[in-house]
Amino acid sequence: MELKVHRTSAKAGASRTAVLWKRIKQQKLLLLMSVPFVGYVIVFNYMPLWGWLMAFQNYKLGSNIMNNEWVGLSHFRELFEDEMFIQVLRNTLAMSVINLVFGFVSSITLALMLNEVRKLLFKRFVQTISYLPHFISWVVAANLIMTVFSLDGVVNALLLQLNIIKEPILLLSEPKAFWWMIGISNVWKEVGWNAIIYLAAMSMINPSLYEAAEIDGAGRFRKMWSITLPSMVPLIAILLIMNIGRLLDAGFEQQYLLMNTMVVDYAETIDIYVLKYGINLSRYSFATAAGIFKSVICIILLVSANQLAKRMGHSRLF
Amino acid sequence: MKAGTGSGRSSKIRWTWFDFVNSALLVCLMVVTLYPFVNMAAVSLNQAVDTTLGSNFIWPRAFTLYNYEVILKDSIIYHAFVISVLRTLLGTVTSVFCTAMLAYTLSRPEFMLRGTISLLFVFTMYFSGGLIPVYMLIKSMGLTNSFWVYIIPGLVGAFNLIVMRSFIEGLPESLVESAKIDGTNDFGIFVRIILPLCMPAIATVSLFVAVGQWNSWFDTFLYNSSNLKLSTLQYELLKKLQSANMSIGSSATSAFLNNQNAEANQVTPTSMRAAITMLATLPILFVYPFLQKYFVKGMTLGGVKE
Repeated sequence: MELKVHRTSAKAGASRTAVLWKRIKQQKLLLLMSVPFVGYVIVFNYMPLWGWLMAFQNYKLGSNIMNNEWVGLSHFRELFEDEMFIQVLRNTLAMSVINLVFGFVSSITLALMLNEVRKLLFKRFVQTISYLPHFISWVVAANLIMTVFSLDGVVNALLLQLNIIKEPILLLSEPKAFWWMIGISNVWKEVGWNAIIYLAAMSMINPSLYEAAEIDGAGRFRKMWSITLPSMVPLIAILLIMNIGRLLDAGFEQQYLLMNTMVVDYAETIDIYVLKYGINLSRYSFATAAGIFKSVICIILLVSANQLAKRMGHSRLF
Repeated sequence: MKAGTGSGRSSKIRWTWFDFVNSALLVCLMVVTLYPFVNMAAVSLNQAVDTTLGSNFIWPRAFTLYNYEVILKDSIIYHAFVISVLRTLLGTVTSVFCTAMLAYTLSRPEFMLRGTISLLFVFTMYFSGGLIPVYMLIKSMGLTNSFWVYIIPGLVGAFNLIVMRSFIEGLPESLVESAKIDGTNDFGIFVRIILPLCMPAIATVSLFVAVGQWNSWFDTFLYNSSNLKLSTLQYELLKKLQSANMSIGSSATSAFLNNQNAEANQVTPTSMRAAITMLATLPILFVYPFLQKYFVKGMTLGGVKE
């Protein structure tokens, strides 16, 4: 009896492997076409996680990661005791909140405005122009922005003309203004691009809603407020979740390229801090610890925002 | 996108103050968007000495092509330009082919690793190993100081993969099935049937990858900054920008000009910077407006299906 059972299960096991082999043979080409990329993504995206071990060691360049001296959490302790790090954290949060608010408000406003344009050709033209800054590099963008805000740039010329200021000011060298300058630069670069997704959502709104509202005597603002905006809430919710997950991602390029020695205290973000300690000062372990801090907070934020959206009954990410 | 005139449809004839204000604001937006580019273009086409008298203009006061002549004769800039073109071409072709191929396998419902591989890629959108571990990895693989660091690490990106997969999944299944009955294998189906039908998605992803390659400077800075032979246009522009940033507020340009007299044949850091900026912008200007139809669709596809 026992023997029989054993034999059948062995048979089932054997046939299961046989089935698997058969499937592998059938899908041989699909496997060949995809498995190399599994290797690729593991090496380039998952292997670096192994490097997180560095944060708990005193890593020396060129040494094997397993043979280093283990130091526990001392790098993390040093990190939280570093005043510079606290400052950098403040800058990162401030700039990403500014970017978040400016970004959402500006792109939704632009989408609403474009949605009200009746001449299709004009609408297309405005859109094409508004995408342009998205496609240029931050190096080019920084070049343009610095020119516009330079002492003899157009912004100073305008402010002088309007008698708002008495003599030219270097806005990019004003520590207190730097966060807002980054916010404005980001809006200039991305507003048209970010409006795409809202416009697409607006085009899916059922036209009969507008017709019904018109019969009820609703004006254009009323229709915008009571139909267009409420229809966008699910989309805005999901984009908000995605952005909250990136709250510690205030960007790197724009600050790095636009900052100068006058505004360093307000311009440096976590990413610049990691770059400075890791690459310029070769403190690999310490910089890795700072990087881990950022990644972990990102994941926590993303998961909690996702949970929140679920509880509120909105669509969510995963 | 084309049904976007939702609220205006029934009152097509009346041109109200609302339309007027709305259009005026949009025109303002266009001016703000475009002015920096037009100004930079005008400066790049203006005689350098004349520019030092004031640079807020949108049409060259003293037209010249000399600034461009100088930067294109500069062997460092010229070489960097060639490297930028090469990395953009090679990077785009390899990346788009690999992304499309992987996306095709992930679109096959019968494929056994479909879910696993999709998940592996989607996760990468939400976390990263961080700068230093990635830097260490690239270094240990011997990719620093090499052209391949521009091509290999960014070969397949999760977002582009999703855009491509969503598009392929939207194609009729019967195409693949009838080809299978005819005895075509999966690779043949991908190359002969799927690729030609995917052109809108390929256009979108190509644009994203090509723009990313052309605009990239951080990888040059991080991995290849010691080797001038592998420098890119964006990185050379960055160097010029940083040296200009050092002398912010001071009049470096006038000092530069002191001992010269033939006005037409001079360059200043400002005019050279303007010319390089235009060189880095023009290719993009010629490409993206024509692909607008595709990338708008692609963006929505990738955004919704995530």
